[in-house]
Amino acid sequence: MSDKNNMTLNLKIWRQEGANVKGSIVDYRLEGVSPDMSFLEMLDLLNENLINQGQDPVAFDHDCREGICGMCSLMINGQAHGPERETTTCQLHMRKFKDGDTIVIEPWRAKAFPLHKDLMVDRSAFDDIMSAGGYVNVSTGNAQDANSILIGKDKAELAMDAASCIGCAACVASCKNASAMLFVSAKVSQLALLPQGQEEASTRVQNMVSKMDDLGFGNCTNEAECEAQCPKGIKISNISRMNREYLKASVTAHH
Amino acid sequence: MASKLMKTLNSSIVKKQMMAVSGLMLCGFLVSHLIGNCLIYVGAEAFNTYAHTLITNPLIYLAEAILASLFLFHIGMGIRLTVENRKARPDRYFVKQHSGAGATFASATMPYTGLIILAFLIYHLINFKYGPYYTISHGGVEMRDLYRLLIEYFSAPLNVFIYIACMVALGIHLSHGFWSAFQSLGVDHPKYTPCIKLIAKLYAVAMTVGYSALPLYCYLAKGGY
Repeated sequence: MSDKNNMTLNLKIWRQEGANVKGSIVDYRLEGVSPDMSFLEMLDLLNENLINQGQDPVAFDHDCREGICGMCSLMINGQAHGPERETTTCQLHMRKFKDGDTIVIEPWRAKAFPLHKDLMVDRSAFDDIMSAGGYVNVSTGNAQDANSILIGKDKAELAMDAASCIGCAACVASCKNASAMLFVSAKVSQLALLPQGQEEASTRVQNMVSKMDDLGFGNCTNEAECEAQCPKGIKISNISRMNREYLKASVTAHH
Repeated sequence: MASKLMKTLNSSIVKKQMMAVSGLMLCGFLVSHLIGNCLIYVGAEAFNTYAHTLITNPLIYLAEAILASLFLFHIGMGIRLTVENRKARPDRYFVKQHSGAGATFASATMPYTGLIILAFLIYHLINFKYGPYYTISHGGVEMRDLYRLLIEYFSAPLNVFIYIACMVALGIHLSHGFWSAFQSLGVDHPKYTPCIKLIAKLYAVAMTVGYSALPLYCYLAKGGY
């Protein structure tokens, strides 16, 4: 049974019926996995089998399955979005695994992300942080003529890099302190780097950091595991930028 | 106003920044302490006179109070941050694997190396500052013979080993902490961040080797006293 187009996997999946129920790791043996399947398609196959057997399918988050929506999650063998760098779980393919492999699948774990069911967690804490200041209030009207606001190429690139954050929370999941600093710093940076974001820069960073702290995320210890496991390759230089934006706002802002 | 100040001081970012500033100041102390200790290589009179001059200056009490506050603040804040960080993830992972590109041994063990340094610090004060009081006369001035105490203490290989092991823990702590302080303070640039990281490693090695050389010298030179 070592046909390379037909793998058999030993899955160890976190099952938990609801938020306040005790969960545990449950073993499943899954046959007929094609290396061309995505990781989520592999889980679809498992769920089909479970449904056919009259069992409860494994609940997991997913949406676009194109690597851009930030909805998929999963801690795969102890790494956020699995072993492949800069790749979301939906874009991770089973060819990265071998026939007979054991794969441990767990939900994101953080106090700020309460578990709904099985592998699904509530990431609305990120929405709360965004509501606290992750926007520009000034009315921008219609799209401007090109080059009416001059922005240097280097700044534009840095802002774009920060803006590529999809808010999946792999940073929180992979941080040993469950810190949300990489996410918040990307959102602070994408606006702080551009002229339109300058007006509210100091209130924004103070409000977003304050909300982040209130929600019970941990403190950053500069390990950079977040950067290493971010599917969009967001750099911790954004955290440094947020640190100085915050310091600047704390000592100079008049509010 | 006061509540805003408290909120700022208790924010995750400023807590880290206070950790960074106190840590960097302690890094400065390590350098001055090491340079002073190097007078051991010059001889008993130079070392004892240096120590005597230091402790008979009335400003020493102020300096010691500042130094003790820095240590207590850095340790207390470190414990507080570690406890908060543990609370942020009440349910641990079954399997957790480092990516290989982020966490290092030094970064993953900061609270532990920190506690080793704390234990060392207490032990160090008991052994030396509050240790046996010998006296000697250099140039007609009666003073404490710390040199004799050092040679005596480091004539035991176990004491030398414990001291060096603690200095290795210190070096590991510094190799992450020194760079980390700059990152927390927002000092970051694609050109000079690699340079700061290199300086952090060199500084850590210099402190470990520098401080470890002293007990080794005392051990090897014990017959000469």
